[in-house]
Amino acid sequence: MKRFLGFIKKEFLHIFRDFRTLIILFGIPTAQILIFGFVVSTDIKDARVTFLDLSKDEVTRKISDKICSSGFFRRVDDLQNYNEIDMAMKKGIVKAVIVFGDNFGHDLINRGKATMSIIADGSEPNTATLITNYITAIVTDFNRELAGTSASGNILVQPEVRMFYNPELKGHFMFVPGVITLILILVCALMTSITITREKEFGTMEVLLVSPLKPIHIIVGKVLPYFILSFIDVIMILVLSWFVFDLPIKGSLILLLAETMLYILMSLSLGILISTVSKTMQQAIFISLLGLMLPTILLSGFIFPIENMPKGYDWFSAILPPRYFIVIIKNIMIKGTGFIYVWKETLILTIMTTLFIGLSVRNFKVRLQ
Amino acid sequence: MSGIPVITVKDLVKRFGKFVANDHLSFEVYEGEIFGFLGANGAGKTTALRILSGLSSPTSGEVIVAGYKAKKDPEKIKKNIGYMCQKFSLYEDLSTRENIMLFGGIYGMSKDLIKKRTEDLLEKLNFLEYSDRMISDLPLGLKQKLAFSVAIFHEPKIVFLDEPTGGVDPITRRQFWEMIYETADRGITVFVTTHYMDEAEYCDRISIMSEGRIVALDTPEELKKQYDAGTVEDVFVKIARPPNPPKGLPA
Repeated sequence: MKRFLGFIKKEFLHIFRDFRTLIILFGIPTAQILIFGFVVSTDIKDARVTFLDLSKDEVTRKISDKICSSGFFRRVDDLQNYNEIDMAMKKGIVKAVIVFGDNFGHDLINRGKATMSIIADGSEPNTATLITNYITAIVTDFNRELAGTSASGNILVQPEVRMFYNPELKGHFMFVPGVITLILILVCALMTSITITREKEFGTMEVLLVSPLKPIHIIVGKVLPYFILSFIDVIMILVLSWFVFDLPIKGSLILLLAETMLYILMSLSLGILISTVSKTMQQAIFISLLGLMLPTILLSGFIFPIENMPKGYDWFSAILPPRYFIVIIKNIMIKGTGFIYVWKETLILTIMTTLFIGLSVRNFKVRLQ
Repeated sequence: MSGIPVITVKDLVKRFGKFVANDHLSFEVYEGEIFGFLGANGAGKTTALRILSGLSSPTSGEVIVAGYKAKKDPEKIKKNIGYMCQKFSLYEDLSTRENIMLFGGIYGMSKDLIKKRTEDLLEKLNFLEYSDRMISDLPLGLKQKLAFSVAIFHEPKIVFLDEPTGGVDPITRRQFWEMIYETADRGITVFVTTHYMDEAEYCDRISIMSEGRIVALDTPEELKKQYDAGTVEDVFVKIARPPNPPKGLPA
């Protein structure tokens, strides 16, 4: 046991003395959470819009005030004629222009019908769709108010849309679980495979194998520090998301942490497996980054929904462990579900972990023959 | 040299599929001896060394190292041997002292003993000024000496050196061999593989392997007489050169 502790201490020294390892362990998670949370946002806030109001009456003023007071938009100086629209878009001053035709208010009151146009910058399709949806919703709301105050108002069926679990459709509800999933597989699999292949490359692995330390001690001793540090990583990410984004954990924290440990264990055993098939650190890095990080970002459901993937891709996605962990962590954190709703995914992860450990042991034995 | 065998190998065979890496090896190595293990690349030296040091198990035959059978008690063998491989084998990002302490700990030595021996060693090697420097800052010669000192730090019965002087300048090589002599004088058996034939002359006895078999085993002087050669290098060339060189290569 004393031998083992000295060996673990040595692994911690390796980690704390290597600036790059520390960056990967603690710098990247923090940066990713902040970047994904703030920059890659799917909400709109302070989108610049402008108005071309040819009517300039009380109704158009009311509608534009309503749009601008919603908190989503910022009003830029009004345009004076149609020719200015193109220029404003091209210069990038505004994301959308709202146009009221001649006699807008007059038409609306006397004929009960008036048209306005929303012209959005389609070069950014996602933002454009969001902006037009928001403005349409605000105008619909205005319509309803108008209908309510006038006696002749038509009775309209108004669907009331509610988003369960994430009522404001906040983007970081999706990104935080994704980042945890990505970071853990990156840190655990990549770092473990690097640290083990480094010993092979430098010849120290042979010295260790000749020593009285058992192979199992060597592997566990190398992996345990990463287990501890990546667990600290998860807690750091959760605390960060709590303080910065008010991200709640609706389900059981204990269940969440237990599932996280399982996922860490899976990633570590995957890292060990990678190290048994790679001869050099370069190889290990290549396999980890190309074989794990890219598929995790693209195919695990982190960013792109698995339901929309073409046939074949979704099968490939089915063999990716992160895919299951994302389901588990989203369910627990955002929906607040218990174990009975994630047992299938948990079972799959357990089976994968066992498989990776089994394969690693086999490879290791073959090497020692 | 005492004549008491610390390594006994009888009919050792190691097969990888159809390939026979070690073909019925039999030899003994005595306590306090410097035993040179020579052979061309691919002759089967490394395989034999791996078996003796417990990294690999023999297909058949009997191997006794430090009094324990390799098939039955590889773990006990490991406690009684030291090992230094071709690649430099200390941790670059740990200090001299940390490396010594780490390996002392791995071999189960007590803290007090480690401390005492560490100070002795640092003083003996004139290493006190380097004791808290990272290994990566040390010149290669010093690293090599330190690696050897670490390999015998736990006072093993036998130390295996796998081409220990590769890439080292002649002066350091000489100093290194002085350390080997000193170690053997203390009763630690030194089992060394090398490609430098002048080093082979320093050994008490040498064995030369070719194509998986030991083809010669004796003192350097005896072998030179036997093969009518001036140096061990000539002996080696006579023995180890395959009778029919591969096509396309000059004979």
